[in-house]
Amino acid sequence: MSQETTSRPSTPSSAAPLIIIRPSRGWVSLELRDLWKYRELLYFLIWRDVKVRYKQTILGAAWAILQPFMAMVIFTIFFGRLAKIPSDGIPYPVFAYTALLPWQLFAHALTESGNSLVANQQLLTKVYFPRLVIPISAVLAGLVDFGIAFLVLLVLLLHYGIVPSMAILSLPFFLLLAIATALAVGLWLSALNVQYRDVRYTIPFLTQFWLFATPIAYSSSLVPERWRAWYGLNPMAGVVEGFRWALLGKGGVGPLVIVSAVAVLLLLAGGLIYFRRMERTFADVV
Amino acid sequence: MRDLAVRVENLGKRYRIGGRFRYRALRDTLTEAIYFPFRRLISTPRSAPGQPADEKAYIWALRGVSFEIKQGEVVGIIGRNGAGKTTLLKILSRITEPTEGEVKICGRVGSLLEVGTGFHPELTGRENIYLNGAILGMKKAEIDRKFDEIVTFAEVEKFIDTPVKHYSSGMYVRLAFAVAAHLEPEILLVDEVLAVGDAAFQKKCLGKMGDVAKAGRTVLVVSHNMGMVRFLCQRSILLADGEMIMEGRPEQVIAHYLSSCSSETAEGEIEWPKGEQAPGDDSMRLRSIRLVGPLGTTQGIFGLDQPIRVEITYRILKPVRGMRFVLGLLNQEGILAFASTNQNLRDEGVLYPGCYRTCCVIPEKLLNRGRYVVRLSAGIPGVKKLMPGQELISFAVEDSGTHGSYFPESWPGVLAPLLTWEADQRIEAEGED
Repeated sequence: MSQETTSRPSTPSSAAPLIIIRPSRGWVSLELRDLWKYRELLYFLIWRDVKVRYKQTILGAAWAILQPFMAMVIFTIFFGRLAKIPSDGIPYPVFAYTALLPWQLFAHALTESGNSLVANQQLLTKVYFPRLVIPISAVLAGLVDFGIAFLVLLVLLLHYGIVPSMAILSLPFFLLLAIATALAVGLWLSALNVQYRDVRYTIPFLTQFWLFATPIAYSSSLVPERWRAWYGLNPMAGVVEGFRWALLGKGGVGPLVIVSAVAVLLLLAGGLIYFRRMERTFADVV
Repeated sequence: MRDLAVRVENLGKRYRIGGRFRYRALRDTLTEAIYFPFRRLISTPRSAPGQPADEKAYIWALRGVSFEIKQGEVVGIIGRNGAGKTTLLKILSRITEPTEGEVKICGRVGSLLEVGTGFHPELTGRENIYLNGAILGMKKAEIDRKFDEIVTFAEVEKFIDTPVKHYSSGMYVRLAFAVAAHLEPEILLVDEVLAVGDAAFQKKCLGKMGDVAKAGRTVLVVSHNMGMVRFLCQRSILLADGEMIMEGRPEQVIAHYLSSCSSETAEGEIEWPKGEQAPGDDSMRLRSIRLVGPLGTTQGIFGLDQPIRVEITYRILKPVRGMRFVLGLLNQEGILAFASTNQNLRDEGVLYPGCYRTCCVIPEKLLNRGRYVVRLSAGIPGVKKLMPGQELISFAVEDSGTHGSYFPESWPGVLAPLLTWEADQRIEAEGED
């Protein structure tokens, strides 16, 4: 939808914005300024998702810890002990948990944002706001779980006597990369989901497949040296390797991470454009 | 745009038939993609560029609508269901995009297409006020300031920290409206949200709406409530089949609207042969309404001394429990003469799919002379609305002499019932004797 919001210069109530509504054609601008104006709504939607997530559960927020923790236990038993997958000399539980942490954030954010528009169709058909708010809030709401699960990692590091180096300062960057990846894919999926409900059934397969394509149970050092940079085309490979490097000081953040970052930027830009293009029909189709 | 708040020019919105209700599955697109190369071979000469290939696959929900609203004006939009009222409001609120035309809006817009949008059952009343307020476009500081006022207005002080899923439906609706009522945009777009709550609360809402209008804000309201349009609005716009038929003073427009209802259905019968377009929803749809006179024939004109049998034939598509109809009669000025419901019938339990008929008899010697419009709604009280109230058929009452006066004078009143007067008695003698 094309709206131009400008102040009227000549009239007394010049603060009043002038909104022009007309059919949009071709390329549309991303209207990120409009998004900024609605930041409070974004905050409230995140807050709603966080508040509601563990309502009427017995374990409550403990789920945020249990999910990655149980996954770690299972991985350690099957991949670490039985399959004896090498973990670059790091105790396997820490090795797996460090990777599961961003992975869970990503997988949750992807699922939630992919279904977010359909889940909020009531809002789409009744109120105006920049539609981007919905998938973004769905992604960011996962950060609270991430924060809780991160505390467990600190306990694990303490237990195994691992002291992170200065590299830990780069962790926010890799966290951002994980969020950007989830948002990029989430934008594509949520917009597609409005038209094709098939997407809802695709998401579980996608995350499962992606889990194995990401070096979580294994190390990316298993991939032959000359292919390793290309492995970064899976942005989560870059994220996971980055996390291991930042927290455990193992592995390297060479070309693989750069490839991942570039891949995410392209995917995100494409997702934003596709989302904005489809946005005009959301209310009619959802 | 100096003193204009809204300017609408040649606005149009086209929907793909079914597109509003149906979503596409991937397989549809795949099928189309496979057929696409052969489309030229199969189809007859292609239509003009820019035109959809098959004009029949689309409907114009709105077309060629132009009007202006001055700042501070209160305008009511009326029309039958499907006339394009809600589509217009959705375009003005930027929820959906027009297919053609342009709208200029000058000022901060607040739109209320529904009360309680985004309410979450698990959250408390307090939390929902903030969430809903933010969704409607209020700033947090603004909600903080108005919080106490909202709670008092909604009369839910005691339950403000209870999840709204434990609220009664009345409390829920009151809270939802209270938040909406405290929205203070320069231009307010409202869609029939007043049809909520009990009578006392509705009155309160109407008062609040009156305040908003008096405060000099621009209001555009879509309503079926003719009384409200007359009470609140300075101007009214009539839409029919997506086009603007008339605009002017509310009284004139309402009279025109009600008489246009009648010209379409002069014969005292209205039928919806095509199920999809009949009023109702996916569990109940009307089939026909017939006005039957004492001889058992369909009539469009009744005498004052004739009872009027309103036969409503409808189809139940899914099992429905506790449904009731509410039948109201509006006079030509849009004033509701009375409303009646088949509440007692609804206690009979579940209606299973099939065709049903219910009848309401309006007794003789009750109505005044003039035209009346039958307005019908259906719903399960407190659960679901199956069909919003809409004016469906009209009839005329003629004749003189039986409503108490033997003179052919016009008689005041919405109704003119024949009431019992006891014979004149001389209680006390006066004067001579």
